[in-house]
Amino acid sequence: MRNTANLERRRQAIYGWLLLSPAALLLTFFAFYPSLATLWSSLFSRGTRRKPSEFVGPENYLDLMQDPTFWLVVKNNLLYAGVTIPVSIFFALAMALWANSKISARGFVRTAYFTPTVLPMIAAANLWLFFYTPGFGVLDQIGALFGLPSVNWLGQPETALWAVIIVTIWKEAGFFMIFYLAALQTIPTDLKEAADIEGASRWTYTRRIVLPLLMPTTLFIMVNALINSVKLIDHLFILTKGGPSDASKLILYYIWEMAFAFFDAPHAAALTILILLALGIVAAIQFFYMEKRTHYQ
Amino acid sequence: MNRLYQTLDSFGAILLAIIWVAPLLFAFWAAFHTTSDAVNFNLTSSWTLDNFRIAWEGAPWLKYFRNTFVLVTVVLIGQFIITTLAGFAFAQVKFPGKDLVFILVLLQLFILPEVLIVENYAMVSRLGLFDSVLGVGMPYMASAFGIFLMRQAFKSVPIELHEAARIEGCSWFGILLKVYVPLAKPTYLAYALVSVSTHWNNFLWPLIVTNSEDTRPLTVGLSIFGAPENGVDISIISAATLMSIAPLLITFLIFQRQFVQAFLRTGIK
Repeated sequence: MRNTANLERRRQAIYGWLLLSPAALLLTFFAFYPSLATLWSSLFSRGTRRKPSEFVGPENYLDLMQDPTFWLVVKNNLLYAGVTIPVSIFFALAMALWANSKISARGFVRTAYFTPTVLPMIAAANLWLFFYTPGFGVLDQIGALFGLPSVNWLGQPETALWAVIIVTIWKEAGFFMIFYLAALQTIPTDLKEAADIEGASRWTYTRRIVLPLLMPTTLFIMVNALINSVKLIDHLFILTKGGPSDASKLILYYIWEMAFAFFDAPHAAALTILILLALGIVAAIQFFYMEKRTHYQ
Repeated sequence: MNRLYQTLDSFGAILLAIIWVAPLLFAFWAAFHTTSDAVNFNLTSSWTLDNFRIAWEGAPWLKYFRNTFVLVTVVLIGQFIITTLAGFAFAQVKFPGKDLVFILVLLQLFILPEVLIVENYAMVSRLGLFDSVLGVGMPYMASAFGIFLMRQAFKSVPIELHEAARIEGCSWFGILLKVYVPLAKPTYLAYALVSVSTHWNNFLWPLIVTNSEDTRPLTVGLSIFGAPENGVDISIISAATLMSIAPLLITFLIFQRQFVQAFLRTGIK
Protein backbone atom coordinates (compact mmCIF):
# COMPACT_ATOMS: atom_id res chain seq x y z
CA MET A 1 0.00 0.00 0.00
CA ARG A 2 2.72 2.41 0.98
CA ASN A 3 4.62 1.40 -2.11
CA THR A 4 1.79 2.26 -4.50
CA ALA A 5 1.36 5.65 -2.84
CA ASN A 6 5.06 6.28 -3.25
CA LEU A 7 4.94 5.19 -6.86
CA GLU A 8 2.01 7.47 -7.56
CA ARG A 9 3.80 10.38 -5.96
CA ARG A 10 6.91 9.76 -8.01
CA ARG A 11 4.84 9.44 -11.16
CA GLN A 12 3.16 12.77 -10.46
CA ALA A 13 6.51 14.41 -9.95
CA ILE A 14 7.76 13.15 -13.30
CA TYR A 15 4.58 14.25 -15.04
CA GLY A 16 4.80 17.64 -13.39
CA TRP A 17 8.33 18.31 -14.55
CA LEU A 18 7.65 16.95 -18.02
CA LEU A 19 4.66 19.24 -18.45
CA LEU A 20 6.68 22.14 -17.19
CA SER A 21 9.81 21.52 -19.23
CA PRO A 22 8.92 23.48 -22.43
CA ALA A 23 8.00 26.55 -20.38
CA ALA A 24 11.04 26.14 -18.12
CA LEU A 25 13.35 25.84 -21.13
CA LEU A 26 12.00 28.94 -22.84
CA LEU A 27 11.90 30.98 -19.63
CA THR A 28 15.51 30.01 -19.00
CA PHE A 29 16.51 30.99 -22.54
CA PHE A 30 14.66 34.29 -22.68
CA ALA A 31 14.30 35.51 -19.11
CA PHE A 32 16.59 33.97 -16.51
CA TYR A 33 19.76 33.34 -18.48
CA PRO A 34 19.58 36.75 -20.22
CA SER A 35 19.14 38.46 -16.85
CA LEU A 36 22.25 36.80 -15.46
CA ALA A 37 24.16 37.35 -18.70
CA THR A 38 23.25 41.03 -18.55
CA LEU A 39 24.56 41.28 -15.01
CA TRP A 40 27.76 39.49 -16.04
CA SER A 41 28.40 41.59 -19.14
CA SER A 42 27.74 44.80 -17.23
CA LEU A 43 30.95 44.07 -15.31
CA PHE A 44 33.16 43.93 -18.41
CA SER A 45 34.57 46.67 -20.60
CA ARG A 46 33.61 47.06 -24.21
CA GLY A 47 35.98 45.04 -26.37
CA THR A 48 37.59 46.62 -29.38
CA ARG A 49 39.90 45.09 -31.94
CA ARG A 50 42.97 46.43 -30.19
CA LYS A 51 41.79 46.05 -26.67
CA PRO A 52 39.84 42.92 -25.80
CA SER A 53 37.06 43.17 -23.26
CA GLU A 54 38.22 42.78 -19.67
CA PHE A 55 36.72 42.63 -16.20
CA VAL A 56 36.21 46.14 -14.84
CA GLY A 57 33.88 45.57 -11.88
CA PRO A 58 31.51 48.45 -11.21
CA GLU A 59 33.16 50.82 -13.69
CA ASN A 60 30.28 50.80 -16.19
CA TYR A 61 27.91 51.76 -13.40
CA LEU A 62 30.23 54.55 -12.27
CA ASP A 63 30.40 55.79 -15.87
CA LEU A 64 26.64 55.96 -15.96
CA MET A 65 26.59 57.96 -12.73
CA GLN A 66 28.90 60.48 -14.34
CA ASP A 67 26.98 60.61 -17.60
CA PRO A 68 24.72 63.70 -17.62
CA THR A 69 22.53 62.06 -20.28
CA PHE A 70 21.84 59.19 -17.87
CA TRP A 71 20.54 61.57 -15.22
CA LEU A 72 18.52 63.50 -17.77
CA VAL A 73 16.96 60.28 -19.06
CA VAL A 74 16.14 59.13 -15.53
CA LYS A 75 14.60 62.50 -14.77
CA ASN A 76 12.58 62.34 -18.00
CA ASN A 77 11.34 58.87 -17.17
CA LEU A 78 10.37 59.91 -13.65
CA LEU A 79 8.39 62.82 -15.05
CA TYR A 80 6.90 60.51 -17.69
CA ALA A 81 5.78 58.07 -15.00
CA GLY A 82 4.78 60.82 -12.55
CA VAL A 83 2.45 62.44 -15.06
CA THR A 84 1.12 59.55 -17.16
CA ILE A 85 0.20 57.33 -14.19
CA PRO A 86 -2.05 59.69 -12.19
CA VAL A 87 -3.50 61.45 -15.22
CA SER A 88 -4.43 58.29 -17.09
CA ILE A 89 -5.88 56.83 -13.89
CA PHE A 90 -7.95 59.98 -13.42
CA PHE A 91 -9.25 59.83 -16.99
CA ALA A 92 -9.86 56.09 -16.71
CA LEU A 93 -11.96 56.62 -13.60
CA ALA A 94 -13.99 59.42 -15.18
CA MET A 95 -14.52 57.32 -18.29
CA ALA A 96 -15.61 54.29 -16.30
CA LEU A 97 -18.04 56.30 -14.16
CA TRP A 98 -19.54 57.82 -17.29
CA ALA A 99 -19.60 54.62 -19.30
CA ASN A 100 -21.35 52.96 -16.37
CA SER A 101 -24.00 55.65 -15.81
CA LYS A 102 -27.27 56.17 -17.62
CA ILE A 103 -26.21 58.62 -20.29
CA SER A 104 -27.21 58.89 -23.91
CA ALA A 105 -24.91 57.44 -26.57
CA ARG A 106 -23.27 55.14 -24.04
CA GLY A 107 -22.23 52.63 -26.70
CA PHE A 108 -20.45 55.26 -28.75
CA VAL A 109 -18.78 56.70 -25.68
CA ARG A 110 -17.42 53.33 -24.55
CA THR A 111 -16.12 52.48 -28.01
CA ALA A 112 -14.49 55.88 -28.37
CA TYR A 113 -12.65 55.55 -25.07
CA PHE A 114 -11.43 52.05 -25.72
CA THR A 115 -10.43 52.33 -29.39
CA PRO A 116 -6.89 53.74 -28.87
CA THR A 117 -6.07 50.62 -26.84
CA VAL A 118 -6.24 48.35 -29.88
CA LEU A 119 -3.99 50.55 -32.03
CA PRO A 120 -0.24 49.99 -32.29
CA MET A 121 1.79 52.73 -30.58
CA ILE A 122 3.47 53.38 -33.92
CA ALA A 123 0.12 54.06 -35.56
CA ALA A 124 -0.94 56.24 -32.63
CA ALA A 125 2.23 58.28 -33.07
CA ASN A 126 1.49 58.73 -36.78
CA LEU A 127 -2.01 59.95 -35.96
CA TRP A 128 -0.69 62.46 -33.46
CA LEU A 129 1.97 63.70 -35.87
CA PHE A 130 -0.86 65.44 -37.70
CA PHE A 131 -1.68 67.31 -34.50
CA TYR A 132 1.83 68.36 -33.61
CA THR A 133 3.31 69.35 -36.98
CA PRO A 134 4.26 73.03 -36.81
CA GLY A 135 2.46 75.37 -39.18
CA PHE A 136 -0.33 73.22 -40.54
CA GLY A 137 -0.82 70.74 -37.67
CA VAL A 138 -4.22 70.69 -36.00
CA LEU A 139 -2.96 72.22 -32.72
CA ASP A 140 -1.30 75.12 -34.51
CA GLN A 141 -4.40 75.74 -36.59
CA ILE A 142 -6.58 75.83 -33.49
CA GLY A 143 -4.03 78.15 -31.87
CA ALA A 144 -4.07 80.41 -34.92
CA LEU A 145 -7.84 80.86 -34.52
CA PHE A 146 -7.08 82.49 -31.17
CA GLY A 147 -4.17 84.43 -32.58
CA LEU A 148 -1.49 82.28 -30.93
CA PRO A 149 1.89 81.90 -32.63
CA SER A 150 2.95 78.63 -34.25
CA VAL A 151 4.64 76.19 -31.84
CA ASN A 152 7.04 73.40 -32.79
CA TRP A 153 5.66 71.00 -30.18
CA LEU A 154 8.01 68.14 -30.99
CA GLY A 155 11.01 70.26 -31.89
CA GLN A 156 11.67 72.19 -28.71
CA PRO A 157 13.01 70.78 -25.43
CA GLU A 158 10.30 72.41 -23.29
CA THR A 159 7.37 70.70 -25.00
CA ALA A 160 8.69 67.51 -26.65
CA LEU A 161 8.35 65.25 -23.61
CA TRP A 162 4.89 66.61 -22.88
CA ALA A 163 3.78 65.85 -26.42
CA VAL A 164 4.97 62.27 -25.89
CA ILE A 165 3.21 62.08 -22.51
CA ILE A 166 -0.11 63.14 -24.02
CA VAL A 167 0.01 60.33 -26.59
CA THR A 168 0.70 57.80 -23.83
CA ILE A 169 -2.23 59.02 -21.74
CA TRP A 170 -4.48 58.88 -24.78
CA LYS A 171 -3.41 55.29 -25.42
CA GLU A 172 -3.59 54.06 -21.82
CA ALA A 173 -6.68 55.63 -20.24
CA GLY A 174 -9.20 53.55 -22.16
CA PHE A 175 -7.40 50.36 -21.24
CA PHE A 176 -7.49 51.15 -17.54
CA MET A 177 -11.13 52.18 -17.84
CA ILE A 178 -12.00 48.54 -18.54
CA PHE A 179 -10.71 47.44 -15.14
CA TYR A 180 -12.67 50.16 -13.37
CA LEU A 181 -15.78 49.23 -15.33
CA ALA A 182 -15.47 45.64 -14.18
CA ALA A 183 -15.00 46.72 -10.58
CA LEU A 184 -17.95 49.13 -10.74
CA GLN A 185 -20.23 46.35 -11.88
CA THR A 186 -19.45 44.35 -8.76
CA ILE A 187 -20.66 47.11 -6.41
CA PRO A 188 -24.06 46.00 -5.07
CA THR A 189 -26.93 48.28 -6.10
CA ASP A 190 -28.38 48.37 -2.57
CA LEU A 191 -25.44 50.56 -1.53
CA LYS A 192 -26.67 53.19 -3.96
CA GLU A 193 -30.24 52.77 -2.74
CA ALA A 194 -29.19 53.09 0.88
CA ALA A 195 -27.21 56.21 0.08
CA ASP A 196 -30.23 57.67 -1.69
CA ILE A 197 -32.49 56.95 1.27
CA GLU A 198 -29.99 58.59 3.62
CA GLY A 199 -30.09 61.58 1.32
CA ALA A 200 -26.39 61.41 0.48
CA SER A 201 -25.41 63.54 -2.46
CA ARG A 202 -23.96 62.01 -5.59
CA TRP A 203 -20.54 63.39 -4.73
CA THR A 204 -20.66 61.91 -1.22
CA TYR A 205 -21.73 58.55 -2.60
CA THR A 206 -18.87 58.55 -5.11
CA ARG A 207 -16.25 59.71 -2.63
CA ARG A 208 -17.30 57.69 0.40
CA ILE A 209 -18.52 54.47 -1.18
CA VAL A 210 -17.40 54.05 -4.77
CA LEU A 211 -13.80 55.27 -4.52
CA PRO A 212 -12.88 53.18 -1.45
CA LEU A 213 -14.38 50.09 -3.08
CA LEU A 214 -12.29 50.76 -6.18
CA MET A 215 -9.05 50.97 -4.19
CA PRO A 216 -7.78 47.43 -4.98
CA THR A 217 -8.42 48.05 -8.69
CA THR A 218 -6.55 51.33 -8.50
CA LEU A 219 -3.53 49.58 -7.00
CA PHE A 220 -3.64 46.91 -9.68
CA ILE A 221 -3.81 49.59 -12.38
CA MET A 222 -0.97 51.51 -10.76
CA VAL A 223 1.38 48.55 -10.98
CA ASN A 224 0.42 48.08 -14.63
CA ALA A 225 0.90 51.75 -15.35
CA LEU A 226 4.27 51.71 -13.64
CA ILE A 227 5.46 48.84 -15.82
CA ASN A 228 4.08 50.63 -18.88
CA SER A 229 6.04 53.76 -18.00
CA VAL A 230 9.16 51.71 -18.66
CA LYS A 231 7.77 49.78 -21.62
CA LEU A 232 5.83 52.30 -23.70
CA ILE A 233 8.47 54.03 -25.80
CA ASP A 234 7.55 53.00 -29.36
CA HIS A 235 6.12 56.42 -30.19
CA LEU A 236 9.48 58.05 -29.50
CA PHE A 237 10.78 56.43 -32.69
CA ILE A 238 8.20 58.35 -34.73
CA LEU A 239 7.66 61.56 -32.80
CA THR A 240 10.98 62.76 -31.41
CA LYS A 241 13.68 60.05 -31.49
CA GLY A 242 14.43 61.17 -27.95
CA GLY A 243 15.32 64.68 -29.02
CA PRO A 244 15.74 67.57 -29.22
CA SER A 245 19.00 67.29 -27.26
CA ASP A 246 17.71 64.26 -25.29
CA ALA A 247 14.82 66.26 -23.85
CA SER A 248 12.30 63.48 -24.49
CA LYS A 249 14.58 60.45 -24.19
CA LEU A 250 13.35 57.65 -21.92
CA ILE A 251 15.36 54.85 -20.30
CA LEU A 252 14.39 51.96 -22.56
CA TYR A 253 14.99 54.08 -25.64
CA TYR A 254 18.41 54.99 -24.26
CA ILE A 255 19.18 51.29 -23.73
CA TRP A 256 18.19 50.55 -27.32
CA GLU A 257 20.26 53.46 -28.60
CA MET A 258 23.35 52.49 -26.60
CA ALA A 259 23.17 48.86 -27.66
CA PHE A 260 22.03 49.07 -31.25
CA ALA A 261 23.05 52.54 -32.45
CA PHE A 262 26.28 53.10 -30.48
CA PHE A 263 27.13 49.38 -30.06
CA ASP A 264 28.03 49.92 -26.42
CA ALA A 265 26.61 46.73 -24.93
CA PRO A 266 28.33 46.90 -21.49
CA HIS A 267 26.82 50.27 -20.59
CA ALA A 268 23.46 49.19 -21.97
CA ALA A 269 23.75 46.11 -19.74
CA ALA A 270 24.48 48.21 -16.67
CA LEU A 271 21.45 50.38 -17.39
CA THR A 272 19.32 47.27 -17.93
CA ILE A 273 20.35 45.94 -14.52
CA LEU A 274 19.32 49.21 -12.88
CA ILE A 275 15.90 48.98 -14.55
CA LEU A 276 15.50 45.35 -13.49
CA LEU A 277 16.29 46.38 -9.93
CA ALA A 278 13.62 49.06 -10.06
CA LEU A 279 11.09 46.60 -11.49
CA GLY A 280 12.12 44.10 -8.82
CA ILE A 281 11.22 46.59 -6.12
CA VAL A 282 7.81 47.09 -7.73
CA ALA A 283 7.38 43.30 -7.85
CA ALA A 284 8.28 42.96 -4.18
CA ILE A 285 5.77 45.63 -3.21
CA GLN A 286 3.06 43.95 -5.22
CA PHE A 287 3.78 40.51 -3.79
CA PHE A 288 3.66 42.01 -0.32
CA TYR A 289 0.36 43.66 -1.10
CA MET A 290 -1.13 40.49 -2.58
CA GLU A 291 -0.06 38.57 0.49
CA LYS A 292 -1.81 41.07 2.69
CA ARG A 293 -5.00 40.96 0.69
CA THR A 294 -5.28 37.17 0.76
CA HIS A 295 -4.62 37.36 4.49
CA TYR A 296 -7.73 39.43 5.05
CA GLN A 297 -9.93 37.30 2.83
CA MET B 1 -31.53 68.67 -10.20
CA ASN B 2 -31.03 65.08 -11.22
CA ARG B 3 -31.90 65.84 -14.80
CA LEU B 4 -29.36 68.66 -14.83
CA TYR B 5 -26.67 66.28 -13.61
CA GLN B 6 -27.58 63.80 -16.26
CA THR B 7 -27.34 66.37 -19.03
CA LEU B 8 -24.00 67.57 -17.70
CA ASP B 9 -22.79 63.98 -17.51
CA SER B 10 -23.83 63.21 -21.05
CA PHE B 11 -22.23 66.39 -22.27
CA GLY B 12 -18.92 65.70 -20.54
CA ALA B 13 -18.85 62.07 -21.57
CA ILE B 14 -19.55 62.81 -25.20
CA LEU B 15 -17.10 65.72 -25.32
CA LEU B 16 -14.34 63.48 -23.98
CA ALA B 17 -15.34 60.75 -26.43
CA ILE B 18 -15.05 63.17 -29.32
CA ILE B 19 -11.65 64.35 -28.15
CA TRP B 20 -10.59 60.71 -27.84
CA VAL B 21 -11.54 59.73 -31.39
CA ALA B 22 -10.43 63.04 -32.93
CA PRO B 23 -6.95 61.81 -33.92
CA LEU B 24 -8.52 58.90 -35.77
CA LEU B 25 -11.10 61.12 -37.44
CA PHE B 26 -8.47 63.60 -38.59
CA ALA B 27 -6.36 60.79 -40.00
CA PHE B 28 -9.44 59.50 -41.80
CA TRP B 29 -10.10 62.94 -43.20
CA ALA B 30 -6.49 63.42 -44.30
CA ALA B 31 -6.21 60.00 -45.87
CA PHE B 32 -9.05 60.70 -48.30
CA HIS B 33 -7.98 64.22 -49.34
CA THR B 34 -5.02 65.82 -51.05
CA THR B 35 -2.51 67.19 -48.57
CA SER B 36 -3.40 70.81 -49.19
CA ASP B 37 -7.15 70.17 -48.89
CA ALA B 38 -6.52 68.13 -45.76
CA VAL B 39 -4.49 70.71 -43.88
CA ASN B 40 -6.72 73.59 -44.92
CA PHE B 41 -9.83 71.70 -43.81
CA ASN B 42 -11.42 72.46 -47.11
CA LEU B 43 -14.76 70.84 -46.32
CA THR B 44 -16.14 71.08 -49.84
CA SER B 45 -13.12 69.50 -51.51
CA SER B 46 -13.50 66.21 -53.30
CA TRP B 47 -12.55 62.86 -51.81
CA THR B 48 -9.74 60.86 -53.33
CA LEU B 49 -8.20 57.40 -53.06
CA ASP B 50 -4.85 58.54 -54.48
CA ASN B 51 -3.15 58.56 -51.07
CA PHE B 52 -3.96 54.90 -50.59
CA ARG B 53 -2.67 54.09 -54.06
CA ILE B 54 0.61 55.93 -53.48
CA ALA B 55 1.03 54.45 -50.00
CA TRP B 56 0.27 50.95 -51.24
CA GLU B 57 2.88 51.24 -53.98
CA GLY B 58 5.45 52.71 -51.59
CA ALA B 59 6.13 49.56 -49.56
CA PRO B 60 5.59 45.78 -49.76
CA TRP B 61 2.50 45.93 -47.54
CA LEU B 62 1.21 42.56 -48.60
CA LYS B 63 4.39 40.96 -47.28
CA TYR B 64 4.18 42.97 -44.06
CA PHE B 65 0.57 41.87 -43.56
CA ARG B 66 1.54 38.28 -44.19
CA ASN B 67 4.48 38.51 -41.77
CA THR B 68 2.34 40.01 -39.02
CA PHE B 69 -0.33 37.39 -39.62
CA VAL B 70 2.18 34.53 -39.48
CA LEU B 71 3.82 36.07 -36.41
CA VAL B 72 0.64 36.37 -34.34
CA THR B 73 -0.40 32.85 -35.36
CA VAL B 74 2.95 31.30 -34.47
CA VAL B 75 3.06 33.13 -31.14
CA LEU B 76 -0.49 32.12 -30.31
CA ILE B 77 0.01 28.43 -31.12
CA GLY B 78 3.24 28.36 -29.12
CA GLN B 79 1.61 30.12 -26.20
CA PHE B 80 -1.39 27.80 -26.20
CA ILE B 81 0.74 24.67 -26.09
CA ILE B 82 3.25 25.87 -23.55
CA THR B 83 0.89 27.65 -21.17
CA THR B 84 -1.61 24.78 -21.27
CA LEU B 85 1.01 22.24 -20.22
CA ALA B 86 2.56 24.45 -17.57
CA GLY B 87 -0.78 25.75 -16.30
CA PHE B 88 -2.02 22.19 -15.89
CA ALA B 89 1.13 21.19 -14.03
CA PHE B 90 0.72 24.08 -11.60
CA ALA B 91 -3.01 23.57 -11.13
CA GLN B 92 -3.46 19.80 -10.84
CA VAL B 93 -0.16 17.96 -10.44
CA LYS B 94 1.66 17.60 -7.15
CA PHE B 95 5.42 17.67 -7.40
CA PRO B 96 8.27 18.82 -5.20
CA GLY B 97 9.50 22.38 -5.75
CA LYS B 98 6.21 23.49 -7.30
CA ASP B 99 5.77 26.64 -5.21
CA LEU B 100 9.31 27.81 -5.77
CA VAL B 101 9.06 27.30 -9.53
CA PHE B 102 5.75 29.13 -9.59
CA ILE B 103 7.32 32.15 -7.94
CA LEU B 104 10.15 32.03 -10.48
CA VAL B 105 7.57 32.02 -13.27
CA LEU B 106 5.72 34.96 -11.75
CA LEU B 107 9.01 36.85 -11.60
CA GLN B 108 8.95 36.92 -15.39
CA LEU B 109 5.96 39.27 -15.17
CA PHE B 110 8.48 41.88 -14.12
CA ILE B 111 11.53 40.81 -16.12
CA LEU B 112 10.04 42.30 -19.25
CA PRO B 113 11.27 40.86 -22.55
CA GLU B 114 11.45 44.48 -23.72
CA VAL B 115 14.09 45.33 -21.14
CA LEU B 116 16.30 42.33 -21.95
CA ILE B 117 16.62 43.27 -25.62
CA VAL B 118 20.43 43.13 -25.66
CA GLU B 119 20.87 39.62 -24.29
CA ASN B 120 17.74 38.27 -25.96
CA TYR B 121 19.15 39.50 -29.23
CA ALA B 122 22.38 37.62 -28.52
CA MET B 123 20.38 34.52 -27.62
CA VAL B 124 18.26 34.65 -30.78
CA SER B 125 21.42 35.05 -32.89
CA ARG B 126 23.06 32.13 -31.10
CA LEU B 127 20.04 29.95 -31.86
CA GLY B 128 20.31 30.97 -35.51
CA LEU B 129 16.90 32.64 -35.39
CA PHE B 130 17.93 36.21 -36.24
CA ASP B 131 15.67 37.71 -38.90
CA SER B 132 13.09 34.93 -38.65
CA VAL B 133 9.48 35.00 -37.53
CA LEU B 134 10.27 32.35 -34.94
CA GLY B 135 12.99 34.61 -33.54
CA VAL B 136 10.46 37.43 -33.13
CA GLY B 137 7.90 35.18 -31.46
CA MET B 138 9.91 32.85 -29.27
CA PRO B 139 10.68 35.09 -26.28
CA TYR B 140 6.95 35.59 -25.77
CA MET B 141 5.81 31.98 -25.96
CA ALA B 142 6.41 30.95 -22.34
CA SER B 143 4.34 33.87 -21.10
CA ALA B 144 4.12 33.95 -17.31
CA PHE B 145 0.88 35.81 -17.68
CA GLY B 146 -0.57 33.01 -19.82
CA ILE B 147 0.64 30.30 -17.46
CA PHE B 148 -0.98 32.10 -14.55
CA LEU B 149 -4.21 32.51 -16.50
CA MET B 150 -4.39 28.84 -17.47
CA ARG B 151 -3.59 27.75 -13.93
CA GLN B 152 -6.52 29.78 -12.64
CA ALA B 153 -8.84 28.37 -15.31
CA PHE B 154 -7.80 24.76 -14.66
CA LYS B 155 -8.10 25.19 -10.91
CA SER B 156 -11.80 25.98 -11.24
CA VAL B 157 -12.51 22.67 -13.00
CA PRO B 158 -14.38 20.38 -10.54
CA ILE B 159 -12.18 17.53 -9.34
CA GLU B 160 -15.08 15.07 -9.80
CA LEU B 161 -14.79 15.39 -13.57
CA HIS B 162 -11.09 14.64 -13.36
CA GLU B 163 -11.72 11.57 -11.21
CA ALA B 164 -14.56 10.30 -13.39
CA ALA B 165 -12.31 10.48 -16.44
CA ARG B 166 -9.59 8.63 -14.59
CA ILE B 167 -11.93 5.83 -13.57
CA GLU B 168 -12.93 5.54 -17.23
CA GLY B 169 -9.27 4.80 -17.86
CA CYS B 170 -8.29 8.11 -19.40
CA SER B 171 -4.56 8.93 -19.35
CA TRP B 172 -3.24 12.16 -17.83
CA PHE B 173 -2.82 13.67 -21.22
CA GLY B 174 -6.26 12.49 -22.27
CA ILE B 175 -7.82 14.11 -19.21
CA LEU B 176 -6.06 17.37 -20.01
CA LEU B 177 -7.25 17.36 -23.61
CA LYS B 178 -10.79 16.06 -23.08
CA VAL B 179 -11.75 17.56 -19.74
CA TYR B 180 -9.69 20.62 -18.96
CA VAL B 181 -9.11 22.22 -22.34
CA PRO B 182 -12.78 22.24 -23.44
CA LEU B 183 -13.87 23.68 -20.10
CA ALA B 184 -11.33 26.50 -20.35
CA LYS B 185 -12.56 27.63 -23.77
CA PRO B 186 -13.61 31.16 -22.66
CA THR B 187 -10.17 31.68 -21.15
CA TYR B 188 -8.49 30.56 -24.36
CA LEU B 189 -10.63 32.93 -26.38
CA ALA B 190 -9.86 35.83 -24.07
CA TYR B 191 -6.18 35.05 -24.04
CA ALA B 192 -6.16 34.76 -27.84
CA LEU B 193 -7.69 38.20 -28.30
CA VAL B 194 -5.25 39.82 -25.90
CA SER B 195 -2.27 37.99 -27.37
CA VAL B 196 -3.16 38.78 -30.99
CA SER B 197 -3.70 42.46 -30.34
CA THR B 198 -0.49 42.68 -28.30
CA HIS B 199 1.68 41.05 -30.93
CA TRP B 200 -0.01 42.74 -33.86
CA ASN B 201 1.05 45.99 -32.20
CA ASN B 202 4.49 45.04 -30.91
CA PHE B 203 7.33 47.12 -32.27
CA LEU B 204 10.66 47.38 -30.44
CA TRP B 205 11.62 43.70 -30.39
CA PRO B 206 10.62 43.01 -34.03
CA LEU B 207 12.56 46.15 -35.00
CA ILE B 208 15.67 44.62 -33.46
CA VAL B 209 15.43 41.04 -34.72
CA THR B 210 14.09 41.56 -38.22
CA ASN B 211 16.21 42.82 -41.04
CA SER B 212 14.39 42.06 -44.28
CA GLU B 213 11.08 42.50 -46.05
CA ASP B 214 10.33 38.82 -45.64
CA THR B 215 10.17 38.95 -41.84
CA ARG B 216 9.37 42.55 -40.95
CA PRO B 217 5.92 42.98 -39.39
CA LEU B 218 3.51 45.81 -40.18
CA THR B 219 4.50 48.06 -37.29
CA VAL B 220 8.16 48.08 -38.31
CA GLY B 221 7.24 48.50 -41.97
CA LEU B 222 4.98 51.41 -41.09
CA SER B 223 7.68 53.13 -39.05
CA ILE B 224 10.16 52.84 -41.92
CA PHE B 225 7.60 54.03 -44.44
CA GLY B 226 6.64 57.06 -42.36
CA ALA B 227 10.17 58.05 -41.33
CA PRO B 228 10.69 61.78 -41.88
CA GLU B 229 13.79 61.02 -43.96
CA ASN B 230 11.49 59.54 -46.58
CA GLY B 231 9.70 62.87 -46.90
CA VAL B 232 6.25 61.30 -47.15
CA ASP B 233 3.49 63.83 -46.58
CA ILE B 234 0.78 63.71 -43.94
CA SER B 235 -2.03 62.46 -46.18
CA ILE B 236 -0.02 59.50 -47.36
CA ILE B 237 1.16 58.64 -43.85
CA SER B 238 -2.45 58.79 -42.70
CA ALA B 239 -3.50 56.47 -45.52
CA ALA B 240 -0.74 53.98 -44.70
CA THR B 241 -1.57 54.14 -40.99
CA LEU B 242 -5.26 53.52 -41.58
CA MET B 243 -4.43 50.67 -43.91
CA SER B 244 -2.27 48.93 -41.38
CA ILE B 245 -4.67 49.32 -38.47
CA ALA B 246 -7.80 48.51 -40.50
CA PRO B 247 -7.93 44.73 -39.98
CA LEU B 248 -7.56 44.93 -36.21
CA LEU B 249 -9.76 48.01 -35.89
CA ILE B 250 -12.61 46.56 -37.95
CA THR B 251 -12.43 43.27 -36.06
CA PHE B 252 -12.55 45.25 -32.83
CA LEU B 253 -15.59 47.25 -33.89
CA ILE B 254 -17.46 44.09 -34.87
CA PHE B 255 -16.49 42.00 -31.83
CA GLN B 256 -16.33 44.91 -29.42
CA ARG B 257 -18.18 43.24 -26.60
CA GLN B 258 -16.05 40.09 -26.76
CA PHE B 259 -12.90 42.22 -26.86
CA VAL B 260 -13.83 44.10 -23.74
CA GLN B 261 -14.87 40.90 -22.00
CA ALA B 262 -11.57 39.35 -23.01
CA PHE B 263 -9.52 42.15 -21.51
CA LEU B 264 -11.62 41.96 -18.36
CA ARG B 265 -11.31 38.22 -17.98
CA THR B 266 -7.55 38.27 -18.41
CA GLY B 267 -6.89 41.36 -16.40
CA ILE B 268 -8.85 41.03 -13.24
CA LYS B 269 -8.06 37.57 -11.91
